[in-house]
Amino acid sequence: MGLKEWLNAVKAEFEKQHPDVKVRFVPIQASEGDFFAKLALMVKNEQTAPDIVTEDTFMINSDAAAGNIDPLDKYINQWDDWKNFNDSVKQGVTAVDGKIYGVPYSTDTRGLWYNVNIFSKAGLPVPWNPKSWDDVLEAAKTIKEKVPGVVPFWANSGKATGEATSMQTFEMLLYGTNDTLYNFDTKKWVVKSQGFLDSLEFIHEIYSNGLGPELSQVLTGKAGDIVQTELMPKEKVGIVLNGNWVPGVWREGGPSPWPEGTKVYKLTAMPTQHGQDPGFTSMSGGWALSIPTKADNKDLAWEFIKLATSKEYNKLYVLKQGDLTPRTDVAQDPEVLNAPGSVTKEAASFIKFTHFRPGVDKYPAVSTAIQAAVEAVATGSLSPTEAMDQYAREVTRIVGSENVEVREYK
Amino acid sequence: MDAEMRKNIHRNIQHFSNVQNKRDGRLILRSILFLFPACSLLVVFFIGPILLTFYFAFTNMSLTGTTAQAIEFVGFKNFLYMFSDPNFRVSVIKTIIFLVFSAVIGQQVLGFILALLMKERNRTFRRVIGATVLAGWVTPEVVVAFAFFAFLNEHGTLNTMLQWIGIKPIAWLFTFPMVSVIIANIWHGTAFSMLVFQSALDNVPKSLEEAAIIDGATGWQRLWKIIIPVIKGQIVTNMILVTLQTLGVFTLIYALTGGGPGMATQTLPIYMYNQAFVNYQLGYGTAISLAMLLIGIIASLLYIRLLKVKV
Repeated sequence: MGLKEWLNAVKAEFEKQHPDVKVRFVPIQASEGDFFAKLALMVKNEQTAPDIVTEDTFMINSDAAAGNIDPLDKYINQWDDWKNFNDSVKQGVTAVDGKIYGVPYSTDTRGLWYNVNIFSKAGLPVPWNPKSWDDVLEAAKTIKEKVPGVVPFWANSGKATGEATSMQTFEMLLYGTNDTLYNFDTKKWVVKSQGFLDSLEFIHEIYSNGLGPELSQVLTGKAGDIVQTELMPKEKVGIVLNGNWVPGVWREGGPSPWPEGTKVYKLTAMPTQHGQDPGFTSMSGGWALSIPTKADNKDLAWEFIKLATSKEYNKLYVLKQGDLTPRTDVAQDPEVLNAPGSVTKEAASFIKFTHFRPGVDKYPAVSTAIQAAVEAVATGSLSPTEAMDQYAREVTRIVGSENVEVREYK
Repeated sequence: MDAEMRKNIHRNIQHFSNVQNKRDGRLILRSILFLFPACSLLVVFFIGPILLTFYFAFTNMSLTGTTAQAIEFVGFKNFLYMFSDPNFRVSVIKTIIFLVFSAVIGQQVLGFILALLMKERNRTFRRVIGATVLAGWVTPEVVVAFAFFAFLNEHGTLNTMLQWIGIKPIAWLFTFPMVSVIIANIWHGTAFSMLVFQSALDNVPKSLEEAAIIDGATGWQRLWKIIIPVIKGQIVTNMILVTLQTLGVFTLIYALTGGGPGMATQTLPIYMYNQAFVNYQLGYGTAISLAMLLIGIIASLLYIRLLKVKV
């Protein structure tokens, strides 16, 4: 929606500057799970490779290693505007070879959305500032008891929601423990750890106690729509573990207009497991514009990228879409900071304790193994320990046994 | 006939067959020449890809990441992993359940019963029933999936009808996912078996049946002792065709349940697709497809053995 308005505005300006050039958009129609496969196949073929692709930053390393996209260093080195981009966001577009493979146009953070009306009814404090996982579980249990008919706690839990399940749910938990997904010192994947097990235990706790949604709602590709355009506007869900972009669909002219949405649902930071330092956690990702290796018009593509990510057009984008900006100058813009119906201030404050997904070649494949583990626990088909075993086996096969390590757990 | 004449005839025959041999040789040479373009196309577009599939099954090829560019030969690693992969085992079990209930029992038996019911009925009856069943067959898989989704989903037709009689809506696709896809596949595929059995039944000699009736055979006896033995060949052929068709069903399940919830309807084609295109593990995906091929071959051999027919 905002993406379209932004790109159309950039296209109009770009075609004015280059009268002999026509810009054409090729939307990729696919579910979240199929999107990346379709994109990867598209950029591999000279006939179908576009001049510019939008890349989810978690795919950058993998696509760079596959030779699907070009490094942009030769352009960026002569580009003054690059200094206006947030350094932590730059990490997301830098591959392990140290080269930059995309220019970011959005970033995000994640936290807990809670419904102030439901919280008041349940006798829970508003504003709500949970200090540990137990606080979150306690609140969910209280809602279940005191406010029947609503879903106490929602988190994406299926393979159908793809990366959202890995990042918004599992990694939001895991990075709040003392463990991580990948050990950058040893360059190995941590396939078994206490933190991993505890994260799965948290999900088990939610679903085995009836604190989560119906599986038929959460295990489909439409789960994101169901929670944002149905459950939240109808005030049928107490706590939602999700990102800052949620109110995007509630804007005027959006899929589910609800101007007072951000007054009813507030965003609060996700606590670490036991409240250990720094007290809170978040995950960030974002999108970037990249040039496929098989693109025909690379120089023109670069011109387009420069224009699209300029201060003026990036501001237009974040105002329309509600994403966080990767540009430091746009981030200070009062119009952006105080945009009605958005949570930019809260969401931007999470950047100081946020984490990025390991920008490592095999992450996308590992991520699908996480989704399988989460779904298995949510459906009760595997216990948390069994799900971790399955994850360890799958990841070991994908990355090789020399690239995994096991930490102590009980 | 004197000896001289006989010799002459022999010589002539000898001469003739020599000419024949020469002509045969030339003919073979010429046919090879003419067949060459067709054969080379077959090699490039058919046999080539099959051999490549065999090769890829022994590599770690992926869709993205370093192994998308630098493919490594990994020997039997994919296959060894497959046998220790609990998800693969689940998929094999799901595939067998889906096969047995939707193809062997569902389509085959139902198709046979329909054909039997329609035998020797009047034309209008045959046409109406035939057209109704055929509707399922001519409907594309993805449309069948959509229709069943509209029928079975939470706000679907079935639940609306149940609500009229005061029954609470049930999330069919989540509560009974395997049953749902099996019914959808039976609905889609039964017409094929019905057509095969119709033509088979038409070919059962009338005189045999009439003789049996005169001998006082009951309906069951005629079915078991005459009809089934006579059409045994068609039964096996149909069984093999229906099994292979069902083994490859992807669209129907993928569009209806996506293989879920959990792994409830994750048959081998779905698992293969997920490994190859969602997990980007093309090498492992191809290995799974080879396993599928093997299952198809084994099943076909099994039927032939069981029903003792000559192929």
